[in-house]
Amino acid sequence: MAVFSGKIWKFGDDVDTDAIIPARYLNTSDPAELARHCMEDADPTFSAKLSPGDIIVAGKNFGCGSSREHAPIAIKAAGIACVIAESFARIFYRNAINIGLPILEAAEASRCLAEGDRVEVDLEKGEIRHLEKGEVYRAVPFPPFMQELIAAGGLINYVRQKVKAT
Amino acid sequence: MGQTMAEKLLARAAGKKEVAPGELINAKIDLALGNDITAPVAIKEFARIGVEKVFDPERIALIPDHFTPNKDIAAAEQVKLMREFARRYGIVHYYEVGRMGVEHALLPELGLVLPGEVIIGADSHTCTYGALGAFATGVGSTDLAAAMATGELWFKVPPTIRLVFTGELPPLLGGKDLILYAIGRLGVDGARYAALEFTGPAILALEMDGRFTMSNMAIEAGAKAGLIAPDAKTEAYLQGRARRPYTVLRGDADAPVLAEHYIDVSTLEPQVAAPFSPANVHPVSSLAGTVLDQVVIGSCTNGRLDDLREAAAILKGRRVHPRVRLLVIPATQAVYRQALKEGLLEIFIAAEAAVSTPTCGPCLGGHMGILAEGEVALATTNRNFVGRMGHPGSKVYLSNPAVAAASAVAGAIIHPKELGEVK
Repeated sequence: MAVFSGKIWKFGDDVDTDAIIPARYLNTSDPAELARHCMEDADPTFSAKLSPGDIIVAGKNFGCGSSREHAPIAIKAAGIACVIAESFARIFYRNAINIGLPILEAAEASRCLAEGDRVEVDLEKGEIRHLEKGEVYRAVPFPPFMQELIAAGGLINYVRQKVKAT
Repeated sequence: MGQTMAEKLLARAAGKKEVAPGELINAKIDLALGNDITAPVAIKEFARIGVEKVFDPERIALIPDHFTPNKDIAAAEQVKLMREFARRYGIVHYYEVGRMGVEHALLPELGLVLPGEVIIGADSHTCTYGALGAFATGVGSTDLAAAMATGELWFKVPPTIRLVFTGELPPLLGGKDLILYAIGRLGVDGARYAALEFTGPAILALEMDGRFTMSNMAIEAGAKAGLIAPDAKTEAYLQGRARRPYTVLRGDADAPVLAEHYIDVSTLEPQVAAPFSPANVHPVSSLAGTVLDQVVIGSCTNGRLDDLREAAAILKGRRVHPRVRLLVIPATQAVYRQALKEGLLEIFIAAEAAVSTPTCGPCLGGHMGILAEGEVALATTNRNFVGRMGHPGSKVYLSNPAVAAASAVAGAIIHPKELGEVK
C-alpha cells in the first residue's frame, strides 16, 4: 500500500511513549488490547473515534521516552496508516521501521496540516498531498539501507533472509 | 583528525579503523538485554527468524524487573514466557526475585557491562552503562530479537555533544542535579540522535554511583548514549567484578564534536524537574512548598547504595511527614543487603518509610505505589510525563535522593539545608 489517503489527527511536540501507550497496559503485548489504549493519556477518546486508515501528524520528537515497541504496535494495530512528524525520537524511529509502521519526517507537512484535513500519502516518493488545497509536502528520504529494511517488510524478514543466505 | 569516544567504540565493534557521524554500520554486540515488558515481544519475534540457538547464551541478560514480584496474572505470564525461553536457550544471566535487581543497577554490579563494549538493551535507560565507557543504547524488542539471533545490529554513527562540567559540586548535590540541569538546558530533544559525552573536573569528582545516574538520564535529552571516559575510579569499581577482559577506549582531544557546552557547577542549587517533562527543570528553592502525597527513592536512576546513604543521612532521627507515604526501593539485592548491614534500612523504617524488595514498580506506574487522581509525588526516578506514576491527573517531580528524603520529612518540596538540626 504505497499510496493511500486518510484523515488527520493532530498532536503537538514531544509526544512521549507513556502518552502513546501507558505502562499500566504493558502487562500484555496483544496488539488488539494495546490498540484500545492508544494515545489514551493524550486523548482518552482517541481509539473510539478513529477510523482505519487515519493518519497521525505531530510536531518534533514524536515517540520520546521509553523503548517500548508497544507504542508503534498500538498505533499500527489501531489502524493508523502512517505517522507524519517534524522529527522522531530515535528508538521510536527504529521500532516503527522494524515493525513496518510507515513514518515520514516532514517538517512542512507537520506545520501546515490541521486536524481533520485529508491527505494522500505516497510512501515511495515521500510525498504528502493535501486533498483539498492540492499542496504537496516532501518528506526526508530514507537512506538506501533503510529502504532495504522497509522493502523487506521490517527487520525480522530482513534478518531471516540474511540468516538463510549464510 | 581524532575520533570521539563514541566513534572509537562503534568502529571497534564494526571491525573498522574509523567511522564518521552519519555512517551506517553493522556492529557486534557484547551484551543484549531484555526485561519483562520488552523481552516477551522479542521472544515472539525471535521465533520468526528461524534460528536454532541464540548467538551466545553468556551474552544475553534477561531481567524481569518492571512488574516483579509479578503484580498480576498477565505479568506472571510474561515472566513465564521469559523463564521458559531462558531455560530452552540456556541463557546464563537470567535473574528472578531474590537474586535480581533493577536491570541497569544489576548488570554493572555483576560486571556484565564493561569499558570498550557495545551493549544494546530493549529498555531506553540502557545508556546507563556509558558511565563505564561502553557504547550502550536502548532499542526496541525487534532489535533485541535480531541481536539475540545474530549478535549484530545496525547503527547510525552519532555525532557527539560534549558537556564539560567545571567547578566543585556544592554539598547535597550529586550526579542527578548535573544531569537534570543539563537536560533543562538541552531540552528533551536537544541531543536527539547524538552521543552525549560528560567530562570535566566535576565528573572526575563523582563516584561511580553518581556517574551511573548521569549516563542513565542521557535518553531524557534524546541522546543515543551518555559517555564518561573510564578513569581510576572506573578501574577500582571493575576490580574483581569484570566478567570478561576489556579494552578502555577514550576519545581524542582533537576529535570534532557537534557542540561543546561548559557548565559551572559551583553555584548550582539542587535541581528539580516539574511536571510534565524531565526538561522542565528548576532550582529546588523555586519549587519549595509544593505539597506532596508520596515520595519514592529508588529506580535505575537513584536506587544505588550512595543514593540510599544520602537519603539515610537526612532521615536519621527524623520522621516522614504524616501526610506523606515514603517508599524506599533498593535497586538490587546486593544494595538491599548492604543497606541492611549499614543500618540504613533501620533508619528508613524508624522514619516510617516503606522499604520494598527491588523493582522498577512505581517509576513507570507499574505497581508498588500508584498515584490517584490529583496526587503529587516527588521521586528520584527519571520521567514525569502525564500518567507516568499512575492516574493521568497525578503529578511527578524529579530530584536527587537528599531532596527527596528532606521533602518527605517536610511534607513538601524543600532544600535539604532548610530542614535544620535533628531535634
